[in-house]
Amino acid sequence: MIGLLLCLPAALILGLGFVWPVALLARISLNRTTDMGAMEEAFSLETMAKLVEDDFTWELAWNTATLSATCGAIAVALALPVALLIRSAPPQWRGLLSLMAVAPLLVSSTARIVGWMAILGDRGMINAVLAWIGVVDDPVRLINNWTGVRIGLTESLMPYACLVLIAGLGRLDSRLEEAAATLGATRTKTFLRVTLPLAAPALAAAFLLVFVLGVSAFVTPRLMGGGRVFVVATEIFDLALETVDWPAAAAMAMLLLGSLGLAMALRGLVAKVAR
Amino acid sequence: MRPGWVLRLAAICGYALLLAPALLVCAISFSAGDFLTFPPPGLSLRWYAALVSNAELMAALRNSAVLAAVVAVIALLAGGPAAYAIARLDFPGRGFLAGFLAAPLLLPTLVLGLALLLALQPVKLAATWPGLVLAHAMVAIPFAVRIMTTAFGAVPKDLEEAAWTLGATPLQAALRVTLPIAAPGAIAAGALCFLVSFDETVISLFLVGPRLSTLPVEMFRYAENRTDPLVAALAMTLIIVALAVVLLVERLVGFTRAVGRN
Repeated sequence: MIGLLLCLPAALILGLGFVWPVALLARISLNRTTDMGAMEEAFSLETMAKLVEDDFTWELAWNTATLSATCGAIAVALALPVALLIRSAPPQWRGLLSLMAVAPLLVSSTARIVGWMAILGDRGMINAVLAWIGVVDDPVRLINNWTGVRIGLTESLMPYACLVLIAGLGRLDSRLEEAAATLGATRTKTFLRVTLPLAAPALAAAFLLVFVLGVSAFVTPRLMGGGRVFVVATEIFDLALETVDWPAAAAMAMLLLGSLGLAMALRGLVAKVAR
Repeated sequence: MRPGWVLRLAAICGYALLLAPALLVCAISFSAGDFLTFPPPGLSLRWYAALVSNAELMAALRNSAVLAAVVAVIALLAGGPAAYAIARLDFPGRGFLAGFLAAPLLLPTLVLGLALLLALQPVKLAATWPGLVLAHAMVAIPFAVRIMTTAFGAVPKDLEEAAWTLGATPLQAALRVTLPIAAPGAIAAGALCFLVSFDETVISLFLVGPRLSTLPVEMFRYAENRTDPLVAALAMTLIIVALAVVLLVERLVGFTRAVGRN
């Protein structure tokens, strides 16, 4: 009984700041918006149906899904060598190398985007180098468009992929790779035939995590896209704060949650079938 | 097996991508120029001076620091006892509560922010201190509970039982034996909660108003509209705070363990 009592303060704060708002969100997604733009109490799926029938919603969903699938895959592919290096590094280096890979998680994403503006902007590092070599006359547009969003999102997802891969690969038995090498396999062959299959579950877990995070990312698409890139997250934000159409924003958020839940369930199913 | 050069090269590329933005922010923040130009036309501290003399941004910095400190204390006071109960006591609903207290981490912050706006606006709590404290405490508590559950769980139960045998009440044993041993974990949890609140952008974007704003929100808006090195100096301030917390947490409990999901 005393255990319940000890959990009470934390549970109360979560009840007030989490359960109640999310329940209200679900409830408001069933409301209607009148032609005048006011919210009207209702209990219907009308708002959600309107969104589902709208081609723009599907365009947003497609953009969002392809964006986070591409960036997620690249992030995992780039995190793999980092995690492999950490795994084979001498123990005294492992801590520092892991810290360097994961620390960007706690640097505010807006701060990192300012760094990207200095790298990718018209007067940024890459354009300075390109102009110095003399390849281009006019600056290449690398920011305030989809390219910028893809680069920024990939970088922001990488630390999460590193986190999963460092934990996942740490458990693999490195003697298997040594055995392959002893038996005459080249490095490439050892990697393709031994390391990669062993790492597959960790890679899949990392991809799923970063895909889910990418789908709901807001700051990177908004700032790196310069207001010209539209994904589900930016649309929810605009509906809530610019159009002030709460039922539509809530319905869109519920659809997002539903799709994420579906993705998780599918993954569970696939894992079960694979076993 | 020693890593081959292909792996090394690929890993260096990975690290370069991870660390480049923060390094560039650092370089640009000392720029003497008027834009985010690289290489900077000259070095100066003028944008730090501009930052310090910008009343709006300094007010936002003060708000963020106060908010983060309050949130860290609340998260520890509410999360600590819960973590102790989950790590040490057996009671009905323990598994459910452990899951529930981690639940906010499952939802995107964008959805949480929207939900909080819809809930707090009608009761006039949006853009107020209590509203922001509630929102930030909600996202900080799961971190506090997770880190402190591990910290309490790592203290051998025998020590507490020895204290009981010597006549201590369970409360005395928990406060005078287990808590001091778990103190590094508690400090790490507090530091991390401070940072979670200090860096929180998306939820705050939904909840701030003209009279109450936070530093990440101001930085977001600045970066949305203008591109001079002031925003780099601002970003540098946040990076330094984050770095301090990361190093503190790393020393106390190990950073990868604190933020890892298992």
